[in-house]
Amino acid sequence: MSEQIKIDRFKLEGMEVEQDLQQFVSKYKEELEMAGIVVNELERSGTYLHLNQNPLQCKSHQSGLEILDIKDALSKYDGLPDYYWKAVDKNKDEYTKLAASKVHGGYFIRVSKNVKIKDPVQSCLFIKDENVGQSVHNIVVVEEGAEVHIITGCATSHKVKSALHLGISEFFLKKGAKLTFTMVHNWGEQVEVRPRTVGILEQDAVFQSNYILLKPVKIVQSFPVVYLNGSGAVARFNSILVATPGSYINSGNKIVLNAPNTRGEIISRAITTGGEIIAPGVIEANNVPAKGHLECKGLILNDGVIHAIPELKGTRSGVELSHEAAVGKIAQEEIEYLMARGLDEDEATSTIVRGFMNVDIMGLPLKLKQAIDKIIAETEKDMF
Amino acid sequence: MLVIEDLHVKVGDREVLKGLNLEIKSGETFILFGPNGSGKTSLLMTLMGFSGYKVVKGKIIFKGKDITNLPVYERARMGIGMSFQRPPTIHGLKTRDLVQMCAKYAQNKEIDVLNLAKKVNFLDFLDRDINSGFSGGEIKRSELLQLMAQQPDLLLFDEPESGVDLENMALIGKIVKNLLRGNGESPRPDVPMKELKKIRQVSGLIITHTGYILDYVNADRGQVLMNGQLCCEGRPRDILEHISKFGYKECVRCLNK
Repeated sequence: MSEQIKIDRFKLEGMEVEQDLQQFVSKYKEELEMAGIVVNELERSGTYLHLNQNPLQCKSHQSGLEILDIKDALSKYDGLPDYYWKAVDKNKDEYTKLAASKVHGGYFIRVSKNVKIKDPVQSCLFIKDENVGQSVHNIVVVEEGAEVHIITGCATSHKVKSALHLGISEFFLKKGAKLTFTMVHNWGEQVEVRPRTVGILEQDAVFQSNYILLKPVKIVQSFPVVYLNGSGAVARFNSILVATPGSYINSGNKIVLNAPNTRGEIISRAITTGGEIIAPGVIEANNVPAKGHLECKGLILNDGVIHAIPELKGTRSGVELSHEAAVGKIAQEEIEYLMARGLDEDEATSTIVRGFMNVDIMGLPLKLKQAIDKIIAETEKDMF
Repeated sequence: MLVIEDLHVKVGDREVLKGLNLEIKSGETFILFGPNGSGKTSLLMTLMGFSGYKVVKGKIIFKGKDITNLPVYERARMGIGMSFQRPPTIHGLKTRDLVQMCAKYAQNKEIDVLNLAKKVNFLDFLDRDINSGFSGGEIKRSELLQLMAQQPDLLLFDEPESGVDLENMALIGKIVKNLLRGNGESPRPDVPMKELKKIRQVSGLIITHTGYILDYVNADRGQVLMNGQLCCEGRPRDILEHISKFGYKECVRCLNK
């Protein structure tokens, strides 16, 4: 399948929308909640909402936490010379070039030095109309010793079939900073998605990324890269991917260990019920001591394709890199073990699949976990 | 409770059980001895109904019903429960949740997982993925915990003492004994023994090599399985004593008679 997009199909401008926040929130409550957004903002320290091609809400409830629309941030901070297009290469491909030429919005989130934000910041990039082309540019700066959890839900309204989402994300973690970045994607069957994400980690910074894609989508092509440039930095990617018939998901991660005492881990779980998943994972170590582990597990239910591509590159003696990958079906032994406890074959199978998609490792807030469990339960109905 | 008639079982092309006849009555505990590879585990797997164990001749009757061709879960729901030697790890499935599921078809569905776990000293493992990184003894306790929730009428134990240290052996012995008594009907002065027996009749089939379990359970009968055939029936302790002194020579002689 070609990963090329016919870009001219999508309207990249002129999709003006109403600016009434309340109306929007009540109209799309279900979609927003499924994307992990808490509409009354309980236990959220800030919110960024973006609808089609316009920012709708930008609000921080805490001092030391700055949330701006990217355009406002660019004018306020003279074009953000230290950050804007400093992690992602503007000329990387046609999508980055397009995103650079047309910026509709996106968030600029900065956490001040030593400020630890307890409740997550939530953001939602939403498409509500047919054939919308959405281009956002997000920048996150976590200053020295600061901590934050950002939840980004990307979604389309239930009635949207076809749309294009381009998203540039650049993360900057200063010394000892900690960022947990959770992304939930709920797209439509004909939605094409091209995120381009790069993170740069200084000394002792800790980055954890959680990516959850359970709903149908036409094509996702995503390959976030993080560079661990300071000693003692740690990065971990967790992802759970489900490809339904007709979905094509090319989603991988790359961790580059450039400094001593750095660690990286990539864990991915992929299920196909008829779609195609390409899951590349790359860990590269250019300094010592450095440790990396990559784990990729795939389940093929019904038909479908899972192509796991674990890749390790060490350029110095003394690096410790390992990987394990497995693609297959559910072991009969596991099904029968549960059947011996009284579960019938379908119950046993779905129990095992639910375990496979378990998100406990991500340490998500309760509300979000409940939303995800709900999507999993729905997804599961169509699996067997 | 259980009647096995002329049971022949194949695994692949190999015949592993060659015409077994056996009856285990209600409330009876039966001990199965036999050298490695004699077909003991195959018998348990066949009784539970696992794929890969093909009954080519004969039948299995449980509670008066022919279950020879029933799927695993139906046998479990009818009241057969098994303790596995090497159960698989299921990632993302918490021990606590599995124990809860085990109770779904039990006579008494309302179980207190915490209280049961306390009895097998397993509280710390309830939030772990089932069998993930469990030691031999931990697997045994996890299996017993599941059976305590399941409350089967026929218990199948595959070497309950293997991999268990001496300290835990006493605990495991006690739990197995309680399970065989219908989850702990201890003698009571106000209830006659005859009545106590009627409360719940549980039968057991236990595979053992070492015989340690005999120190804890009140075994009624025993037999040796050799090359897929049953021989040498007797009192379990007598059989164990014979095997520990003379090995299985006697059984070979008995079979060739």
